[in-house]
Amino acid sequence: MTDVTEPARAAAPREIRHVDAPLRSPAAGTGLLEVFRRRYLLKLLVHREISARYQGSVLGLLWSYINPLSQFFIYYVVMGVLFNLHEDVENFAIHMFCGIIIVHFFNETFNAGTRSIVRNKALVQKMAMPREMFPVASMLVSGYHVVPQVVIMVIACVLLGWTPTLVGMAALVTALIIIMVSGTAMALLFSAANVFFRDVSNVGQIMTNFVRFGVPMIYPYTMVQDRFGDFAQYYLLNPVADAVLLFQQAFWVGTTDDPAVTAAKHLPANLWAFSGLAVLMSVILLGIGQLVFSRLENKIPERL
Amino acid sequence: MSGSESIVVDHATKTFTLRYHRTFKQMTVAALKRQDISDTFKAVDDVSFTIEQGESVGLMGLNGSGKSTLLKLINGVMRPEGGAVQTRGRIAGLIATGAGFHPQLTGRDNIFLNAAVLGMTEAETRRKFDDIAEFAELGKFLDSPVGHYSSGMSSRLGFSVAIHVDSDIFLADEVLAVGDKPFKTKCLEKMQEIRQSGRTLVYVSHAAGSVRKMCDRVIVLEKGKLGFDGGVAAGIKYVKYDTGNETQEELEQEDDELGADI
Repeated sequence: MTDVTEPARAAAPREIRHVDAPLRSPAAGTGLLEVFRRRYLLKLLVHREISARYQGSVLGLLWSYINPLSQFFIYYVVMGVLFNLHEDVENFAIHMFCGIIIVHFFNETFNAGTRSIVRNKALVQKMAMPREMFPVASMLVSGYHVVPQVVIMVIACVLLGWTPTLVGMAALVTALIIIMVSGTAMALLFSAANVFFRDVSNVGQIMTNFVRFGVPMIYPYTMVQDRFGDFAQYYLLNPVADAVLLFQQAFWVGTTDDPAVTAAKHLPANLWAFSGLAVLMSVILLGIGQLVFSRLENKIPERL
Repeated sequence: MSGSESIVVDHATKTFTLRYHRTFKQMTVAALKRQDISDTFKAVDDVSFTIEQGESVGLMGLNGSGKSTLLKLINGVMRPEGGAVQTRGRIAGLIATGAGFHPQLTGRDNIFLNAAVLGMTEAETRRKFDDIAEFAELGKFLDSPVGHYSSGMSSRLGFSVAIHVDSDIFLADEVLAVGDKPFKTKCLEKMQEIRQSGRTLVYVSHAAGSVRKMCDRVIVLEKGKLGFDGGVAAGIKYVKYDTGNETQEELEQEDDELGADI
């Protein structure tokens, strides 16, 4: 290209940088697998989210304890003292705390995940990156807050004479896997939908209430079985309910006078079968979440 | 050895949906009145071109002609509905004056985050951090939240990160629109450096002067369609088609008034 107006430029022929990379679509790298391939970026996002969530607040991280603790005391007084569940359920406080940790983990993942893409607008609109990053980061941030709650739980349980068992640890891990996978699945689904209709985050609020009362937290599972009989198995199709029961298997059962009797009386006989099913359902839900997310993703940057 | 193309845009089309009514009530009323609930328009309409490695291309066009959308297709933020966009190697750059910064984070944290999004590792970022911070000239503001920065400061920071990424393709969208004159000079020097090192450069600008200095080819978009693809002088002439009777001197003068020609 000869340009008469600028003779000076033609003087120095430039070298050309040859790139050996293949020619490919610049937007190719998406999906959950890509998220875990770019762990460093994920780590930065999680760090950022943790520091940003409590920015400008004096108590900061403490709020993530105050919230579940206040719930704990409300339920403790209402259900335990008023409805007299202390009498019927041994160590009712531990029983309930198992539920609170799981429900809080799930709801936080779900709610923060739903808002994650809209909140990260600035990045989503300008930078090419797998957008699944944001819901996944929300889940990890919520998971980060679970750790100290579990520590409190362990201390309380040890004081009540609890010793860790192999089955209990397996239950703990399974419960966390169920919540991580199903929470991420819901976060993926709702975060994309929330871009198109902000109504979705309100639906999320309602759902969190359902979750709170749809698990054996403020009432023992025995009550469900007594009232619904055979229909109780449908109750167990809720993965979050299974996760709560697994947590109770891990912690609460061991704190009672006779763990074997407690487990037989208050936990469903086929808990592990239902837990396996819950893991499976969560994975399927995650697959659906990813599918829907990928379908909607193309329209996300322009609709934000 | 792979091929020599750097960016291949093949019949790319990107359609945006315009929504007139968002609430249920509005949509019902509109449906009853038989009005359109939504409409679409093509921001990029069947555009094809190939940019070879080492080429430096000026992308011009009026406001709303689809330049930024085209850049978003090239850097992968958006995907075309029709056709294909393919690139080779790592892409860095700025789209619409500013990178994706998180307003609550400090400049320092944003440098790391932004660099990570562009594909830099932690070690790489640490190595280049001082250069980035120095180039952005933020001084003591490096540790205050980016949300408090002036528009000039945040675009300086964005440019600084993007320019320090070891990229194969550099996209520059109106980088010079907000910076002051000394910073513009610095940016142009740096972009000249990129160009001399043989990397592919796509430069969006309304300023004919800097396009003339920076590019060996001009692509003009008109309402989403490819209007012109060819030499710099002819391209600049083409883009000013509405005032075609201007002389060369007048063009230069106008450029100076824009403050973009240095």
